[in-house]
Amino acid sequence: MRVLVAMSGGVDSSVAAALLVEQGHDVVGATLKLWGGPSDSGCCSVADVDDARRVAQQLGIEHHVFNLSEEFDRHVVTPYVEAHVQGRTPNPCIECNRSIKFDRLLARSDRLGFDRLATGHHAQVSVGSPLQLRRGADVDKDQSYVLSMLGQAELGRVVFPVGKMTKSDVRAHAVRLGLRTAAKPDSQDVCFIGSVEGRQGFLAGRLEFHPATVTDTRGETVGAVDAVELVTVGQRRGMGHGTDGARRYVTAVDVPARRVTVGSAAEAVTSAVVLPDATLTWVDQPLLHGARAVAQVSAHGRPAACAVDRSEDGLVVRFDVPQRPVAAGQTVALYDVTDPDAVVGAGIAA
Amino acid sequence: MSEPPSTYLDHGATTPLRPEVAHAMAEARSQPLGNPTGSHRPAQRARRLLEESRDEVAAQLGRAPGEIIFTSGGTESANLAVFGALGDAVRNGRSAVVLSSAVEHPAVRQSCRAAARWPAVTWRELPVDGTGSVDIDALAGLLSGETALVAVMLANNETGAVQPLRQVADAVRERAGTARVFTDAVQAASFSNLAETTSGADLVALSAHKVGGPVGTGALAVRPPTDIAPRQYGGGQERERRSGTQDVVGAVGLAVALRLAAAERSEAVRRVAGLRDRLAAGLTDTIPDVYRTVPPGVDVLPGHLHLCLRGIEREELLLALSERGVCASGGSSCASGALEASYVLAAMGVPDDLARGAIRFTLGHDTTGADIDRALAIVPGVVASLRHDP
Repeated sequence: MRVLVAMSGGVDSSVAAALLVEQGHDVVGATLKLWGGPSDSGCCSVADVDDARRVAQQLGIEHHVFNLSEEFDRHVVTPYVEAHVQGRTPNPCIECNRSIKFDRLLARSDRLGFDRLATGHHAQVSVGSPLQLRRGADVDKDQSYVLSMLGQAELGRVVFPVGKMTKSDVRAHAVRLGLRTAAKPDSQDVCFIGSVEGRQGFLAGRLEFHPATVTDTRGETVGAVDAVELVTVGQRRGMGHGTDGARRYVTAVDVPARRVTVGSAAEAVTSAVVLPDATLTWVDQPLLHGARAVAQVSAHGRPAACAVDRSEDGLVVRFDVPQRPVAAGQTVALYDVTDPDAVVGAGIAA
Repeated sequence: MSEPPSTYLDHGATTPLRPEVAHAMAEARSQPLGNPTGSHRPAQRARRLLEESRDEVAAQLGRAPGEIIFTSGGTESANLAVFGALGDAVRNGRSAVVLSSAVEHPAVRQSCRAAARWPAVTWRELPVDGTGSVDIDALAGLLSGETALVAVMLANNETGAVQPLRQVADAVRERAGTARVFTDAVQAASFSNLAETTSGADLVALSAHKVGGPVGTGALAVRPPTDIAPRQYGGGQERERRSGTQDVVGAVGLAVALRLAAAERSEAVRRVAGLRDRLAAGLTDTIPDVYRTVPPGVDVLPGHLHLCLRGIEREELLLALSERGVCASGGSSCASGALEASYVLAAMGVPDDLARGAIRFTLGHDTTGADIDRALAIVPGVVASLRHDP
């Protein structure tokens, strides 16, 4: 096969490329420049591109840099900022996978005549029909959640070479091959937000923060926050303690009304979340009204048993056991109740 | 990576070392070469080769040998010209305005941008028209007694458009008598009679590897009474304008390359322009929705063919052409190697959707008819396979 492998400069995609080369495929590496804007001097992390390029050289494959920063800004960064203005909690990695890696990059890979696009994600695509998207073999590193928007059309054109390996196997393979990225730390945070500035620093230059009053569930004012745009439901930090001395949690955020509602741990739970139809994607067949499933609401969140109902507003996910609140904008990935490593579909909480 | 037969049409990026240049450089190295500042025989030999090379470069530029400063290349020459001239201008606390065309090479543009951080320096960019030619009326309107430096390249590196340097120089002499004219002749040097075309410029930047010489050598010509403040200090080489031991072998390479280019110029211009025109006609005849960025009839370097293809991403086109052994360029890259949106095309008013599909073919001294045949056999099919709705 001719395979285009997206190389971030990290160890997973380095090993993904190496495995494909070892398997005898015709491999070309590409690193995406996603951030840095169109300025004269701004650039992506040159060090990461260098790492990817040096690994490609070591593997004897061609390497290219694709500048998708305009698309990234339009489809990932701008919506990320706007979501905060609306008091939503977006997942930019998911939007990048949806709009950039498995849309524009995949289309580019097709046009260039590649049979497959490979990435270093820890997830698996089963053989057979229909294709299944399954959790990575390493449960701690599983990335099926951030890929849960993929459907048959994409799954048939992608390959995740490290999905059946544990992270330590990946690193051990990188060490065996002497790849310079073998000991590189995992990336943790949103790639376009610097660790020094943080989310608050990043957003500060891009939107206006508004103070808000904090009320308890009876409507009594109990405090204030400087930036309602930075508050997320379920949040504990900065919310203090109730009259009973117990910690308070955010139960609701109303950005237009500049109001944050807090309650006890028992009050900060939700039993159902609505996924509007326009946000729903299915790996193959949609879940039917009344079907049972397993829901995961964050990248490494604990899976929760649930039932789904069809309603006018969309798909209603009803948890068997109440869960920590799901913020508007969060992706809910649904897994097969009888085969909980298999993704069924996903939607975005209203 | 298997090596396909290569059709090298990226001479604007770098052009192969001419065999005669390689020979002359090997010859220079074949006997002991000392440091040209020394007094023993190998040092004297180095000094002789350096000064003979300087004489040759000066002759090609129509200048006196003392005006030539050897540098490490075009970028250093541009930095030395901009900072050197402005550094001289702002001595004694005066303020200075630098004007540069909006399509200057980053070596000039970023030098001006950096110099503008000095409190005494103001930088203004000169607009260009749709063909990339600097707007002389806008220049005339901006010139004043405060103007210290006007930077207009001899020909643009991306499009090959030749600038009206003589008109620029005339306007400067008329309206800002003390201002200096700097021209970046790096891209034009292979195909331009520099003594003639740069005669109006006080400062001229050259790079060896664009004319068939070695990478790592360049020159800056500085015509009195223009003075420049040095950018680096040390042993006072190059008449205290550029300290550091000179690269004698590189200087030999630059001199021989310029001499060879000059000797074959009239024939090479005709031959290369003919090949370029055949490539242009062949591509524009067979590919739909393709535009010559600089229309025929405008003065363009003979080796340059700049095209904009609608519905094409230049990154994809370059990758696909590279896999088939056709080497071209998509414009300027950032430090990571990613292509950047072209400020040159933006300044010319080329719409974004066309600029995304911009590609530059540049022919050089060793380009053959067979190269053009191969390009014509490969490029249209590749473009067709990559076309999509933007």
